[in-house]
Amino acid sequence: MKVAKRTFDAVIVGAGGAGLRAALQLSEAGLKTAVLTKVFPTRSHTVAAQGGVAASLGNSTEDNWHWHMYDTVKGSDWLGDQDAIEFMVKKANEVVVELEHYGMPFDRTDNGKIYQRPFGGHSQNYGQTPVSRSCAAADRTGHAMLHALYQRNVRANTQFFVEWMAMDLIRNADGDVLGVTAMEMETGEVSIFHAKATIFATGGAGRIYYSSTNAFINTGDGVGMAARAGIPLEDMEFWQFHPTGVAGAGVLITEGVRGEGGILRNAAGERFMERYAPNLKDLASRDIVSRSMVTEINEGRGCGTEKDHVLLDITHLSPETIMKRLPGIREIAIQFAGVDPIKAPIPVVPTCHYQMGGIPTNYKGQVIVPKDGNPNVPVAGFYAAGECACASVHGANRLGTNSLLDLLVFGKSAGETVVADFQSGQLTLKPLPDDAADVSLARIARLETQTNGVEVNDVRLDMQRVMQKHAGVFRFADMLKEGVTKILEVAERAKHTQIKDKSKVWNTARTEALELDNLIEVAKATMISAEARKESRGAHVRDDAIDCAETPNGRDDKNWLKHTLWYSEGNRLDYKPVNLQPMSADVEPIALAKRTY
Amino acid sequence: MTLNRGRVRWQCRRALLELDLVFTRFLERHFDRLTDGQLADLDDLLLVEDHDLWGMINGSRPVENDRWKEMVELLRAG
Repeated sequence: MKVAKRTFDAVIVGAGGAGLRAALQLSEAGLKTAVLTKVFPTRSHTVAAQGGVAASLGNSTEDNWHWHMYDTVKGSDWLGDQDAIEFMVKKANEVVVELEHYGMPFDRTDNGKIYQRPFGGHSQNYGQTPVSRSCAAADRTGHAMLHALYQRNVRANTQFFVEWMAMDLIRNADGDVLGVTAMEMETGEVSIFHAKATIFATGGAGRIYYSSTNAFINTGDGVGMAARAGIPLEDMEFWQFHPTGVAGAGVLITEGVRGEGGILRNAAGERFMERYAPNLKDLASRDIVSRSMVTEINEGRGCGTEKDHVLLDITHLSPETIMKRLPGIREIAIQFAGVDPIKAPIPVVPTCHYQMGGIPTNYKGQVIVPKDGNPNVPVAGFYAAGECACASVHGANRLGTNSLLDLLVFGKSAGETVVADFQSGQLTLKPLPDDAADVSLARIARLETQTNGVEVNDVRLDMQRVMQKHAGVFRFADMLKEGVTKILEVAERAKHTQIKDKSKVWNTARTEALELDNLIEVAKATMISAEARKESRGAHVRDDAIDCAETPNGRDDKNWLKHTLWYSEGNRLDYKPVNLQPMSADVEPIALAKRTY
Repeated sequence: MTLNRGRVRWQCRRALLELDLVFTRFLERHFDRLTDGQLADLDDLLLVEDHDLWGMINGSRPVENDRWKEMVELLRAG
């Protein structure tokens, strides 16, 4: 079957923060750049980021990138690659100031500098006291960032393909990436986007869980596409549960609430974080806070008739502070929890929030895979940035405000690498294989002809329930083992999804079926990687991992200080070393230590 | 011009979970019964930025255009 073909220097999939930042780099360098996006760019999930972006500007308190690097490595529970982390924290001031010049309306101090607030896990002097490192634009940091970047891209003539769903990665016999296939939702037609460089910036797949803070668009499309095309997925067992999702709804209450003085309390009204993290208390790293909350609930100190949540209390803050610094929080609490936080505390539970793992990349944004004994060989023509990628800067646990930093730094870096490779003549338009669109056309054809199949909504819900029950905040050996069997059963059923509406034009049922194919890859990767990792580290916490001198907090560096690589084909697992060596020779590695706050 | 219902339905996918939850309820209960005129009003409302739309639904922000009022009421009521 003949399909339409479009040719570009570069094609970017995803128009959130990372995609727009990468696109800007390319378009401003004069590359003919196409950005494919399921939704209008400024409706990407980056809009939801409230808290801020980390940079050691030192405007509010003394700060420097060495401290930020220490916090990030420690936050990652030493699973982060220290070269990529050094790169990110050193670039932070540059990308934030750049954004300021693009017109981003950051909050200001009285003397006109960017206002900075404290945020969980960020400290002065190597873990001593909280630092003010987060740069924010009220509670609309992501929104303001995305708008600033979108406007800049319009000026730079980036070509947007809005409401196009990327379907599959195109690779040749050598494994080089030659572009993607994509479906235009308006017509239902599949096209080939042939390019010298392909950048994935598709965000996370938080919708694999039943309880998630993520918008419905977060279906891990790039991660699923990469996995189906034979690229391994790195560290997919690590999912951050945000401590404060509104109980029952999942809607996120930003950590900024605790930055401004919010306190977590159990059924007795006790500020329980004082017991778990005596120094940083409610501002300890997210995984520590989530685990402490679940422990309180599991030990019977939860709140409500079911004792299934804890309370986030800001009643001691003045209404003026709440209105000025945390304007959106009140409305969320009223709408989804039925309480006015000025008068009563908000019921919260840890909720799936962020995917630490993803498509393996280096700090340049190049996608890397094991080949001929080298674990980190770039795939020609393929780059990734943002939540879909694993650089790996967040390791086993991400610090708040480091995700907006990640997408700026690595979006830009991936863009810079493509521009450099393009200008040096390394990137060429390689011939397309004859069957370039066959996989995608077969997927569409199957959906058109499937009979006696299963409903997309049913399979998605089954997947979400299995993930929530078997791979949540606390993990148990027998539950994980059972979870693997169950998720493989769900994946088998997902091969037979059926849609009633067979129309081509604006068929949202078909789009949702294609999204489910991506979610399922992520769910399998998560469960299988989690079952195999026999230790606790960061967000991956196993009940059977013993806290002793040899394995502090259950972390087993002797056997498990390594990155997981999961291959979709055969559900095969491989591992590769963590890079404990910073980028610069004169920067000391952050030595392994027990992670306490 | 008649709007394509599928397109409008897709554009109810938003950047914020808050809105996804509100729209899920709306799509189940009201969407299929909307008249062409109501559908056009909804289509116009969907051009509003997510935070502003959410503000109108939760009442923290006035509904700036009379044309949107009926749809905002339906979204609020669930």
